[in-house]
Amino acid sequence: MSDLKKIRDEFTFKLKGKLDPAELNQIKSDLFGKNGLVSSQFKKIGTIDVSERKKFASDLNIIKDELQDLINLKINEIEKANINEKLEKEKIDVTLPERSFVRGKIHPVSQTIDEISSIFSEIGFSVEEGPDVENEYNNFTALNTPDNHPARDMHDTFYLDDKKERLLRTHTSPVQIRTMLKDKPPFKIIAPGRTYRSDSDQTHSPMFHQVEGLHIDKNINMGHLKGCLNYFIKEFFEVKKIKMRFRPSHFPFTEPSAEVDIGYEMKDGKIIIGEGDQWLEILGCGMVHPNVLKNVKVDPTKFQGYAFGIGIDRLAMLKYGINDLRAFFDCDYRWLNHFGFDPLDVPTNYRGLSR
Amino acid sequence: MKITFDWLKDHLKTNLKEKNLLEQLTNIGLEVESVESLSPDNQLFKVAKIIKTEKHPNADRLKVCDVNVGEKELKKVVCGATNASEGLITIYAPPGAIIPKTNTKLEIAKIRGVTSYGMLCSESELNLSDESDGITELSKKYEKNVGKSYFSKLKSNLIDLSITPNRPDCLGVKGIARDLAASGFGKLIVSKEKQIKLKTKQTLKVKINKEKGQGCSAFGSCLIKNVKNTESPQWLKDKLISVGQKPISAIVDITNYVMLDINRPLHAYDADKIEKGIIVRNSKSGEEFKALDNKIYKLEKGMCVISDKKGVLGLGGIIGGTRSGTEFDTKNILLESAYFDPRSIRNTAKKLNLDTDAKFRFERGIDPLSIETGLKKAALLIQEICGGEVSKIDIQKIESYKIKTINFDVNSFENIVGFKISEKEIQKILNDLGFVIKKEKKFLKLTVPSWRPDILQQIDIIEELVRISGYDKIKTIEPIKDRSKSTLTQTQRLFHLLQRAIASKGYLETITWSFTDQSYNEHFRETNKEVKIVNPISSELGVLRNSIFSNLIMYMSKNLDRGFKDLSIFEIGPVFTGSNPGEQKTIVCGLSAGKKSRLSWIDKERNIDLFDAKRDVVQTLNEAGYNSDQFFIDSNTPNYYHPGKSGRIFLDHKKDKVAAYFGEIHPNILKKIDIKTENLIGFEIFLENLKLSRKPLKDQKLKFSVSDFQKSERDFAFVVNKDVEAQELISVISNVSPNLISNIKVFDVYEGENIPDNQKSIAISITIQSSEKTLNDKDLEKINNSIIEAVENKTGAKIRS
Repeated sequence: MSDLKKIRDEFTFKLKGKLDPAELNQIKSDLFGKNGLVSSQFKKIGTIDVSERKKFASDLNIIKDELQDLINLKINEIEKANINEKLEKEKIDVTLPERSFVRGKIHPVSQTIDEISSIFSEIGFSVEEGPDVENEYNNFTALNTPDNHPARDMHDTFYLDDKKERLLRTHTSPVQIRTMLKDKPPFKIIAPGRTYRSDSDQTHSPMFHQVEGLHIDKNINMGHLKGCLNYFIKEFFEVKKIKMRFRPSHFPFTEPSAEVDIGYEMKDGKIIIGEGDQWLEILGCGMVHPNVLKNVKVDPTKFQGYAFGIGIDRLAMLKYGINDLRAFFDCDYRWLNHFGFDPLDVPTNYRGLSR
Repeated sequence: MKITFDWLKDHLKTNLKEKNLLEQLTNIGLEVESVESLSPDNQLFKVAKIIKTEKHPNADRLKVCDVNVGEKELKKVVCGATNASEGLITIYAPPGAIIPKTNTKLEIAKIRGVTSYGMLCSESELNLSDESDGITELSKKYEKNVGKSYFSKLKSNLIDLSITPNRPDCLGVKGIARDLAASGFGKLIVSKEKQIKLKTKQTLKVKINKEKGQGCSAFGSCLIKNVKNTESPQWLKDKLISVGQKPISAIVDITNYVMLDINRPLHAYDADKIEKGIIVRNSKSGEEFKALDNKIYKLEKGMCVISDKKGVLGLGGIIGGTRSGTEFDTKNILLESAYFDPRSIRNTAKKLNLDTDAKFRFERGIDPLSIETGLKKAALLIQEICGGEVSKIDIQKIESYKIKTINFDVNSFENIVGFKISEKEIQKILNDLGFVIKKEKKFLKLTVPSWRPDILQQIDIIEELVRISGYDKIKTIEPIKDRSKSTLTQTQRLFHLLQRAIASKGYLETITWSFTDQSYNEHFRETNKEVKIVNPISSELGVLRNSIFSNLIMYMSKNLDRGFKDLSIFEIGPVFTGSNPGEQKTIVCGLSAGKKSRLSWIDKERNIDLFDAKRDVVQTLNEAGYNSDQFFIDSNTPNYYHPGKSGRIFLDHKKDKVAAYFGEIHPNILKKIDIKTENLIGFEIFLENLKLSRKPLKDQKLKFSVSDFQKSERDFAFVVNKDVEAQELISVISNVSPNLISNIKVFDVYEGENIPDNQKSIAISITIQSSEKTLNDKDLEKINNSIIEAVENKTGAKIRS
């Protein structure tokens, strides 16, 4: 048997057995070290007879590769065993709680305002604002509610001075006045915001939210008003059909005026909007009174249009099944967490109003 | 306004059912508020007489009454009313009766150990009036009715209408009938006035003083002599009871009836108690009189009073006085039917804080032409029921009613309402409502009925027409989906972004009232003006808030009391700097309490601190598009923050306007409010102080450029005086070579051993990289040295070796 075959047989046998990393290193140096068996054979190539040299060299290279492959295989095997052993020790109880992450919530009134803005944005309304403190003129007189008008009794007003000149706005309608005084027609705005009345019981809060709507242009009539509100209510409650009723009423700043009821029914203690034979009053509206237009220097023979006012808190209550108005402003952590919205849930037209 | 279908039928001929009536009322703008069924149950309420009262053995305030209810045996009833006394005739409700006010069913009950069989009722419990002080007191005349039911058998339900303030005519049953008839619901019955021969003269002189601000423009009266005031006949009592009124005596009942029927308030005086004629005049300052509500009113100058020689008899159109009131023994009556100016009525009533049925009607506007009709109708009834002779009618006027006319362009209707009705239809509706129509070439000339003070111009006519022809005829015109102007302004977008950015950092959004408790507000007011509400709902909500903190802290404390320990809440909304419109600012205010990682198995728990709030604020401002590298921060904060543990942020080094404050709430405030938490950290971001970039986002992005040359990180430790701020070191370093130095980070701050007492060590790491070449050791050494030199020179620091 030639030396080469002997080396191959002996070490192939060794490398197929069980080895620890030290033994493997020993084999590596026995074979390929400076004076290793394989290395020595290579040094011998020059002394071999020319006729056999080529074959010897070829055989030697084959053996070298074979052994080298076996060694690599063994290295992988050992490393794998090592990792497996380590993994065995590293097992952790993944049912332990994760690191805490606290996400805040958006108040249902804010969410509702964003929903409303999103809906009206589609049909070309832009958002206007006005101050919470108003003067008597913008809140009443300009809105065709002169001093000593009985309609003022319907608003329990908070006053900031004894002369009753400064007050907390009782509705968002003064934004109509401010908007029309500031710009020229046409006007197509909504104005959401805080409103105040000195009324406090289970169903009234001294502060609440309204959204005002105003659309003034040439030839805007009550049909447009009906269409706009019909569209809004359907979109807001995310229903295909809505039962809606316009009922004559009276507001000093609109004429003709209407109150709007929507149909509903109770199912398993929850209110279902759009169907049923019960009526629920949800907003007041009408054609802007010519006196109001005159007060803001808009010519009522050229321009006309509608206005409406909707209670935002009430809309939120109806849509999200909230029973108690007072809870909106009570800041109870549990309530806010329950009825609040994830800040990522931004109402949009393309993605949908609510999740 | 309370009516019954039966009463309506006095004026309306119709075959329709009550169900249709309710619908139609609502359709024409007379909103049905409620319908109370007056069921046969009402028959259970009996006239009763208290025979004996004894003190309740176990309760000082209660009495045990033996009551005659018309049965053999007396009923034992426990009663708490102070006026329950022997001999009183009142109303008794047996067990099983349903009390109208509370809608509860009575049962036999033991009250403090004594069994009570039923109840003696107050007027308010029976919905007869608001009188809840004591049980109902019926006159002696009811004695013969003991055991009979108090209420007559009623077929008609009580319908409560909410009449809008523009429709005084519908405060009378007849007005409602007229509207219904115009809308096609039956036919209005025009009753012929019965003629009575009035022979005698009205001998009591009436004079309306012509003076400035005179609130009375016409005063009609007649004298009725030798009447016998009595109890009203059953039909009249039934009528009044059917709409929830309590019959008193024939004369009072008749005036009430006429008022409810045709909205013509009247007043009856005992003519013998009037001293030498009537003078209608302005009151003098300090004049006093006792009104029929038994209160004495002290008058201001210029209120419209009805007076005689002795003084004030009553406040015209509001309330009469006791001195000249009618009684059962009244012989001669002066009946008044006048017109009072709504404005004057309202002013007077407001000043005296008086609200009466007459006032409610006069301030809305009474038909000025109903003076005579009303007097005649009432006089006739008085004569019928109480006998006597009626004098001629005397009407004093200082001003005559002016007829109003409106030129109505028929085409204007469609223009406003969007649908068309024929001119014939228009004429019919207006005619039915009482307008007199004259057709002119281009328009209809309309004479407005005297009972409609609300109709002044064309738009009022349009409203009448659409109201009567039906709002359901209005078409629905679908809106066009078209937007020519952006929905939100930039400031509104920023509001929206800040709101959601803060919420995404763990804060629950709250909405609290814009007013607050003055004592809480005081902690956060600083030098701002206190804005008081003149008429707050309670003294704890007496001022507009100068800061949102007052409310947030109050509610934070409530939540902590509920047992929640680690909380973050915020509000975005107004605070007020003055009482003029516009003196307000929008603030995002946040508050956090407690700890981070409380009871965590994995993280170390620690108190929440100002750097948590600072992170939330800086990150939010970043998200809003402001570059935090340019922020300038110092520790100048309002006095409600901890002076050493709070800061303010400017968007840049120009320090123009404060963008935000953050920090611990001052320990003194926590102590005063007695809030229980480990730490309380707040922040305020000032929306209006954030400068808005005029560039749209597409232009805001800088050119993208990065360097692929090798970068080096270097660490430095400087020893500086304690009062030197980290910001200063960072600023100096970044100015050394802005193109090469980036990513400046403070990674350690140390005070203590090996560092002198008044000094501290700040360790900073930086990244050095060129966009042109790989820097060699020499280059780096040079930058190192210039950093050290700059920091040492400008901050007095020493590099730590």
